[in-house]
Amino acid sequence: MSMTYELSHLRTLEAESVHIVREVAAEFERPVLLFSGGKDSIVMLHLAVKAFFPARLPFPAMHVDTGENFDEVLAFRDETVERLGLRLVVGSVQDDIDAGRSVEDSGPRASRNRLQTTTLLRSITEGRFDAVFGGARRDEEKARAKERVFSFRDEFGQWDPKNQRPELWSLYNGRHRPGEHIRVFPLSNWTELDIWQYIAEEQIELPSIYFAHRRPVFRRDGMLMAVHPLMTMAPDEEAFETTVRFRTVGDVTCTGCVESACTTVDDVIAEIAATRLTERGATRADDRISEAGMEDRKKEGYF
Amino acid sequence: MSELLRFATAGSVDDGKSTLIGRLLYDTKSIFEDQLEAVERTSRERGDEYTNLALLTDGLRAEREQGITIDVAYRYFATPKRKFIIADTPGHTQYTRNMVTGASTADLALILIDARKGVLEQSRRHAFLSSLLGIPHLILCVNKMDLVDWDQDRFEEIKAEFRSFAMKLDVHDLTFVPVSALLGDNVVHRSANAPWYEGSSLLHQLEEVHIASDRNLIDARFPVQYVIRPQSGTHLDYRGYAGTVAGGVFRPGDEVVVLPSGFGSTIAAIDGPGGVPVTEAFSPMSVTIRLADEIDVSRGDLICRSHNRPHAGQDVDATVCWLTEASTLSAGTRLTVKHTTRSVKALVADLQYRLDINTLHRDDTAGALSLNEIGRVRLRTQQPLFFDEYRRNRTTGSFILVDDATHSTVGAGMILGPSQ
Repeated sequence: MSMTYELSHLRTLEAESVHIVREVAAEFERPVLLFSGGKDSIVMLHLAVKAFFPARLPFPAMHVDTGENFDEVLAFRDETVERLGLRLVVGSVQDDIDAGRSVEDSGPRASRNRLQTTTLLRSITEGRFDAVFGGARRDEEKARAKERVFSFRDEFGQWDPKNQRPELWSLYNGRHRPGEHIRVFPLSNWTELDIWQYIAEEQIELPSIYFAHRRPVFRRDGMLMAVHPLMTMAPDEEAFETTVRFRTVGDVTCTGCVESACTTVDDVIAEIAATRLTERGATRADDRISEAGMEDRKKEGYF
Repeated sequence: MSELLRFATAGSVDDGKSTLIGRLLYDTKSIFEDQLEAVERTSRERGDEYTNLALLTDGLRAEREQGITIDVAYRYFATPKRKFIIADTPGHTQYTRNMVTGASTADLALILIDARKGVLEQSRRHAFLSSLLGIPHLILCVNKMDLVDWDQDRFEEIKAEFRSFAMKLDVHDLTFVPVSALLGDNVVHRSANAPWYEGSSLLHQLEEVHIASDRNLIDARFPVQYVIRPQSGTHLDYRGYAGTVAGGVFRPGDEVVVLPSGFGSTIAAIDGPGGVPVTEAFSPMSVTIRLADEIDVSRGDLICRSHNRPHAGQDVDATVCWLTEASTLSAGTRLTVKHTTRSVKALVADLQYRLDINTLHRDDTAGALSLNEIGRVRLRTQQPLFFDEYRRNRTTGSFILVDDATHSTVGAGMILGPSQ
């Protein structure tokens, strides 16, 4: 390899992400890394830790906790924080509901997904964070395909897609005034398949729900949702048990699973290479709001 | 091992650009059923007569409403040979800013020409911007060949016309492919409709074009990005200089010099991300260099070889593209320059000329550059920069200009050399 000076696509992506993470550490006062226990934020954290070896991660992690997460994912979050000796900031959606800053939807299809924005912005303000790492990828969704790696947020935490800073070469502009902040997306150029291939190469641990397991589920809008105390089933929705795995990990209330027999990372890579549905299209109820569902939420300050 | 190729496309719906991209994505199975269904649904609702593949890339509400591409869209696809990133940019003059942005990181530019219309002003502009941004490879797709009955003479005529224009530009590798994006001829597979065409399909060319040698492997350049000093535990004495290699090859044992101090040392070790030992570091690897001697090194410094140093100076000539409508650039404008890992104050000492990007005419009476305009500028910086000519090194030869009042990125610069 060294004779031809070629770098594989995964190592090229890794180098780009490491460069971005280091640039933030060098130029910002108070960065924070969003960590949900989902595979993208796990890979982002893995890259960030590698970027500063042998020093410790020079910034904390933050989890916006809706109170409606899968237990397996919360346990994984806590183990990871413990193992890496990280400082974890938890922004609790429940706190905002209790204080009257957020109002919960009612009805059988209520979800706290959208309420995360209030909690996220409050936690950024309280922590006085000026750079917030997110694990979003441009291949996930069409509004995200247009977003910068360094994405400016005004004093209200809002994104203005029509007024984005040009971003050339690897010269990132992180300038902002007090109260404004920059969202940073080191995984912008990674695809779902790249993430899984990297997980395989680096042998990164994931929460168990990403792999095949038996689970009681029911069908809703063409997706399989977990039977769970937080889910209210309609009279015509019927529970059954089958072998599933999760392709994305969000709240219990908005994340569907897929029927799958994949028990290893290699199985998952083979499954993704053959799939005909995007991961968000297959499993995310929160994206089905409208054609511009993600763009609208992002403008308000969502991840 | 699969490599990464970044390519830029420019053009409008009329050229069949979106159809071509849609075809590449569809035929490499990179469009998913739910994406295609969403596009078909929206096309129907809008009353389009065909499935408008532009909707795949036009992701913003404003773009969908106005039916235009405003911003750079990034698209991803892969074949067993390579992974591709497409920077899809709008083609009109008023979006030069976006084209320049998409082209800045591209290895290759794909330009479309309608076989019926031939080489238009727009095609010449795209070719010029590609060469200005130092894109090493250019593929000219002569599209809609089915509408000229796959006429070889027409193809040759367009080729000759474009070649004579390209001679004025800095284009090293120019390839022509006759295609029909709508019908798929010569996009993924060779078409039987053009037996006279001896080249391979577009996708095959994208898979095979040799890009590893495009990087500068001669001039060792390492802008220091961040200093890693754990100062704790088992790594009490560790002191590493983290950054991304911008040129040349670095190896443990190399004699190096640090700028601006001029202190010399030897590379004791190179660590990859996570501490993996590296025997040879080259662009675009992100590594950490450890030196044998304890010398003062900080962010913004540059590590190179003593016998091969970049230019160091405060007076720089550059081609600048102005990116904002909120202000203009003229002699006397004060800005911040971000060049590699250094940010310094700068003054525009002189605007030497403005370039007409359609005719390449130089207007030396111009007093200012406004949005989307390109000109030659002399800058005076408050502290020295360590730079190379852009055509020699796209990393140490490029910079952005930041407005100190608004904090916006207002200009992009490609260094021509030290001011004479």
